[in-house]
Amino acid sequence: MNLKSLCDPFAPIDKPSVGSLAADELVKLHQLMCRIRFVENRIAIGRKEGLIGGPVHLSVGQEAIPSALSLYLNSDDAVYGAHRSHSHVLALGGDVYKLFCEVLGKIDGLSGGLGGSMHLTDPSCGFMGSVPIVAATVPLAVGSALAMTLKKKNNIAVSYLGDGAMEEGVVHEALNFASQFSLPVLFVVENNLYSSHMHISQRQPGTSMARFADANCISSAVFDGNNAALMADQMRDIINDMRRNHKPFFMEAFTYRWYGHVDWRDDIDVGVFRSKAELNAWKERRDPIKRIEDLLISENVMDSSAIALGKSHLKTTIDLLWDKALDCDEPTSDTLLDHVYFFSK
Amino acid sequence: MTETVRLSYADAIREAFRFMLQNDPDVFVLGQGLWSPWYVGNSMTDLDKEFGTQRVIDTPVSESLTTAAAVGASISGMKPIVVHPRMDFMLYAMDTIVNQASKWRYMFQGRSSSPVTIRSIINRGGEQGAQHSQSLQSLYAHIPGIRVVMPYTPEDAYDLLVASVNCKDPVIYIDDRWLYDLSSDFCLRNRPVLSLSEITPNFIHRGDFATVVSSSYGVEASRRALQAFSSEKPCDLIDLRAISPISEKSMEVIRTSVRKTSKLVVVDAAWAECGISSEIIARVFEGLAPSNHSICVKRVTLPAAPAPCASSLESVYYSLERDFLTYLEQL
Repeated sequence: MNLKSLCDPFAPIDKPSVGSLAADELVKLHQLMCRIRFVENRIAIGRKEGLIGGPVHLSVGQEAIPSALSLYLNSDDAVYGAHRSHSHVLALGGDVYKLFCEVLGKIDGLSGGLGGSMHLTDPSCGFMGSVPIVAATVPLAVGSALAMTLKKKNNIAVSYLGDGAMEEGVVHEALNFASQFSLPVLFVVENNLYSSHMHISQRQPGTSMARFADANCISSAVFDGNNAALMADQMRDIINDMRRNHKPFFMEAFTYRWYGHVDWRDDIDVGVFRSKAELNAWKERRDPIKRIEDLLISENVMDSSAIALGKSHLKTTIDLLWDKALDCDEPTSDTLLDHVYFFSK
Repeated sequence: MTETVRLSYADAIREAFRFMLQNDPDVFVLGQGLWSPWYVGNSMTDLDKEFGTQRVIDTPVSESLTTAAAVGASISGMKPIVVHPRMDFMLYAMDTIVNQASKWRYMFQGRSSSPVTIRSIINRGGEQGAQHSQSLQSLYAHIPGIRVVMPYTPEDAYDLLVASVNCKDPVIYIDDRWLYDLSSDFCLRNRPVLSLSEITPNFIHRGDFATVVSSSYGVEASRRALQAFSSEKPCDLIDLRAISPISEKSMEVIRTSVRKTSKLVVVDAAWAECGISSEIIARVFEGLAPSNHSICVKRVTLPAAPAPCASSLESVYYSLERDFLTYLEQL
């Protein structure tokens, strides 16, 4: 697909192809994507109902990218995210109940409620951390890749960033350093065309972020970020190569967030470009989950009733975990200073 | 039998690096100018040759990336030391230090942490002017979650560096090039590793006339002033060593002295405004009984201006020792 088609939801899309993916990989991809969507929708409702006190940045519409990558990542890799990172943790297998509790500020949360939606960690699945300072974790991922190189491990670091983060200076320092020192860090740009309310055409002279990979002599690939099967099929070999040859790679995946920048609204009334027509076209013509379901059916992996039944079970399970999270206790006041330093007063 | 060697402050820093690079495979160093004699004085000479350029990494001019890469490596289990040859340069790394390193443990309830060491060098004077001379320790001391240490003695230059690297919290270790030629006799073998959460201030002098609290180069300026001052009025000269956080135990050491002398002078080779000197005075008073409140208090600091270039102005700007002596004589 050409660049314009990747960004334009009204343009024709590639016919889905399974490539060399095995049936169980397709099923797993679908499960991960549904897991992300149902959790995010549950959080959107919770926020709208006022049960979640702080802002949430949701990934519905963008599920394919972390799901495809996470098939080939393991818990000894070091993955970093940003403000929109529920999907990154969930794709790695992060615990749904603990994520709900964290977003709700409860003691069973991933960080006992100290972080909240915008500061997530789950080292048990390789997710080192996400923070909402745009681009702040990109150089941290470079540091983790440096650690892996010094320890002579075959692990990689993964840095999820957005098109907006590419506007931060430190990202360019990071690309330069990773290339110069040949560090195994995978830069994953989820290019959803918007930074908050600003369309990319209002912010940058080019639409594709891969031009910065070229500038730093880093190999890159540009994807339709809503085509999970294609990304999984190609990224498997790229990630394996990174493990063997210890070098960086730059992946750009064009996608679109169905919710607005923050919380549950559509955000079609802010900024200049985002419209109901554009939003609907992405939902109806480029839904990444619908596309993987078409593939499951056409490849005779699952039929539509089996897909519907699986999704129904998953949704019920997630709703039960949400109810359980609502019942979890909040942290008590005596714990306020417990983690400022290793030995806290 | 103990084997004593005479080491300068700069030698002590270099020996601390050697000790850690020899004994801990997780330690590595990165920063600007580490393969050059220009940037870090003689405090790291030939470490790259002894330990290899993989573990002693001279970096591109990317202070922000370099600091964050060290933080990221520490999150992944290494014990990196990132070196900034001027404190002025590391302002580019403010997000990494303030938002990331200082908060990483807290945000994640200790499940992930960033025990990085950031070595920052103060290099004042020499007509370098406003952006190669600053002492910005107070900026960092304001932030919960990161430790700030400032060694004065060659022993501390060694011990506090080793302690910083072995501390489970992020630490900013600040050394001052105006101290590099001080020297001490000390034994390098089997030195105990200090715990930064337990260290307390050192007494450089003892006396009843006044309590003088300082750190790093300020201690040396104070010591010289006190040497020139009346020997019949000896003072307590207290070297803070750690400027953030300062434990209540450390504050009580200072208060005990103040209760005795009723005069508190804080000498800081940095600006007064919202600085360490203000902090020390406030903390002393918060812990004193009202009956002790009639205490004479003074801050001796740099003028509230950027460092000038012209030598005629520079000699006025750096008049800490003289200013302190003048104050003592009128006390």
